Amino acid sequence: MYRYDEFDTRLVQERVEQFRRQTGRRLNGEMDEDQFLPLRLMNGVYLQLHAYMLRINVPYGAMCSRQIRQLAHIARTYDKGYGHFTTRQNIQFNWIQLKDVPDAQGDLAEVEMHCIQSSGNCIRNTTSDQYAGVAKDEIEDPRVYCEIIRQWSTLHPEFSYLPRKFKIAVTGSPNDRAAIALHDIGLRMHRNKNGEPGFEVLVGGGQGRTPFVAKTIRDWLPPEHLLSYLEAILRVYNMDGRRDNKWKARIKILVHQTGLEEFRRLVDTEWEQIRDSVLKLPQAEIDRINAYFAPPDYEKLDDAGEAVAAWRADNADFDAWVRVNVADHKTPGYAIVNISLKSPNQPPGDMTAAQMDAFANLADEYSFGELRVNHRQNLVLADVEQLRLWELWEKLRALDLATPNIGHVSDMIVCPGLDYCSLANARSIPIAQEINERFSDMDRAHDIGELTINISGCMNACGHHHVGHIGILGVDKRGKEFYQFTLGGSSDQAASLGDRTGPGFPADKAVDAVETILNTYIEIRKDGERFLDTYRRMGMAPFKEALYGTF
Amino acid sequence: MIIANSLPNGFVVFLTAENGWAHDIDKGVIAESDAEADAMLRTAKQAEHDCAVVDPNLITVEIVDGQPCPTEYREYIRATGPSVPTPS
Repeated sequence: MYRYDEFDTRLVQERVEQFRRQTGRRLNGEMDEDQFLPLRLMNGVYLQLHAYMLRINVPYGAMCSRQIRQLAHIARTYDKGYGHFTTRQNIQFNWIQLKDVPDAQGDLAEVEMHCIQSSGNCIRNTTSDQYAGVAKDEIEDPRVYCEIIRQWSTLHPEFSYLPRKFKIAVTGSPNDRAAIALHDIGLRMHRNKNGEPGFEVLVGGGQGRTPFVAKTIRDWLPPEHLLSYLEAILRVYNMDGRRDNKWKARIKILVHQTGLEEFRRLVDTEWEQIRDSVLKLPQAEIDRINAYFAPPDYEKLDDAGEAVAAWRADNADFDAWVRVNVADHKTPGYAIVNISLKSPNQPPGDMTAAQMDAFANLADEYSFGELRVNHRQNLVLADVEQLRLWELWEKLRALDLATPNIGHVSDMIVCPGLDYCSLANARSIPIAQEINERFSDMDRAHDIGELTINISGCMNACGHHHVGHIGILGVDKRGKEFYQFTLGGSSDQAASLGDRTGPGFPADKAVDAVETILNTYIEIRKDGERFLDTYRRMGMAPFKEALYGTF
Repeated sequence: MIIANSLPNGFVVFLTAENGWAHDIDKGVIAESDAEADAMLRTAKQAEHDCAVVDPNLITVEIVDGQPCPTEYREYIRATGPSVPTPS
C-alpha cells in the first residue's frame, strides 16, 4: 500500500487544524451557513435529513487493517456504531456531530486518511478495480496510476473550483470492474500494436438526470503523458464547462454539446502546450510509486483445487460461497474473496463497528492486513490462501459476512435514499430489503444467475440505476413514492444505459414488478443466457407485456 | 410547525412555544393561522442568524392519535428518523 511521506502527513494535519478553526468560527457565530457551506463540503461534511454526514476518502478503495479499526473507533466514538460504504469506494458516517468532526478528522489523520475533496466541485477520489494487483487478466496495476492521480489532484490550485464535481476511474484490465465508462474520465490500460502498455482515455461519462456512456477521446496514451493529458482535459472543462446551470455543468454535457471531435481538438491544442512540461511523468517516479504496490510475500504454493473441491463436495453452503464469492488469483495457491455487505439483516453497504474490528482481524490473519472496497459496496480480501478458504468462510459466517450473493439478485447497489439523504425523493433501502427477503432462497437466486439491480432514490443516480441490469428509480408522484424501472443497463466493458419500461409502480408493487421481470426472463432465456443477454436478444417487448399486463 | 437542524449536532429540532428548540415533535408548537406561521418563521430565521439552527422550514402537520404528524412523507421521515432500523 501507499504510505504517507512527510509532505502528505503535514498536508493532512494542517488541513485538520484549519478545519478545526473554521468549525469553531461557525459554531461561535463568526461565520454564517452560506460562508461555511463551501468550507465544510471541501472537508467532506454534508447536512443530511437527520444529521451531518462525514464522507471519508478510501483512495481507490484500498485500506489496511489499522485504518478500518480506526473507522470502527470513529463509528463508536462519534457516530451510532456503523458506517456506510459508497459506490465511490468511500465510507460515510450518517450521524456525526459538527462539533466532533475536527476530532474525528484528527483520528483519521493518525492512520493516513482524510476527507479532503470528498465533496465539492473538485476532483474526487479516484476509483479503481477491486482486484487491482491480483487479477489474472490485468496488464498493469492501476493503483499506481490512481496514486499518481491522487497526488496530482489533491489541492490542485487550478482545479479546486471546477464547474462541477469530477470523477476519474482507472482499470488495468480489459474486463471493467470499475465502471470506467460512467465517469468524467475513464482510463483503461491496454497494449498498443507494439505491445506497449498505455491508456485508452474515455471522457464524458456519467449518470444523474442526463446519463451518458463515456466516449473514447484517445485510443492509446503513453503513461508518461497521463498527467499532462488529464490536465489538458480539465483545463478545457474548467474554461468551457457551464457554470450557469448546475444540471448542465458536468463535463458530459460539455462533450455532448461541443461534439467529441471538437472537444478532442480543444484538448489536443491545450495538450500540445503542456505535454512535455513538468507534468511529464519520469519512469523513475512511476517506479517509485509502483514500489509501494509490490506484491506481498506470497508463499510458494501449489494450486489447492482438489482440497477445495473436496470441501465443496461435502458442504453445499461452502460450495455456493466459493462458486459465487471467490475469484481466481494470479498467484498459484491464492484466491480473491469477495465479502458481501448485502446481508438480509442490514442496509446494503452498511457495516457495524464490531464487524469492522472483526474484519480487520481477518484481514491481518488471512490477507496480509489489507482489504478493498468496491463500487458495488462490497469488500474484498485479495490475497487468501486457497487452503484457508474453509476456515475463513466459517469466521465470515459468524460475522454475517458470508452471504453467497455476489453478482446476484440481492447484491444490489443502493443509495441511502430518503431514509437519510436530503436530496432523495423516495426511499431505496426498504425496497432493497424487500427484494432481499423475496429472493432470500439462494438456490433460486443462483438459478436466476448473474444480475445487477441498482436502486436510486432520486435522479442524481447515486445508486447507479441507469446501469443496473434492472434499474429502479424512486420518484415522488403527488406526494407518494413510486418506482420507475429500466432494463438492460450495464457498467462493464460493454457499458449501456437501461431502457425505461414505462410508468412507475407504487412502493407496495415495486418488488412484485421485479419478480415479474425475472419470471419473464426465466421463461424466455436460453441455456446459459444471463438476464442481460436475454434482454439484449429479446428487447423490451416481453418484459413490458408481462409488467403492464399484470398490473 | 417549524423544523430545522441543530447547528452543533445537526439533529432535527422543532420550534417550541417558548421559542426554544426540542428534539421531540410533540413538544413543538403548531401555528393556528398564517400570521402565526409567519411569526414563527421569523423567529426561526433569527435563530438561524444566531447560529442555533440550520435550514429552518415551515411544514404542515395533522394530529394523529393526539400527536403532530407531518403530512408529507419526506418531512415525516425527517421528523421520525429512518424508516429502517439502524445497524447494531
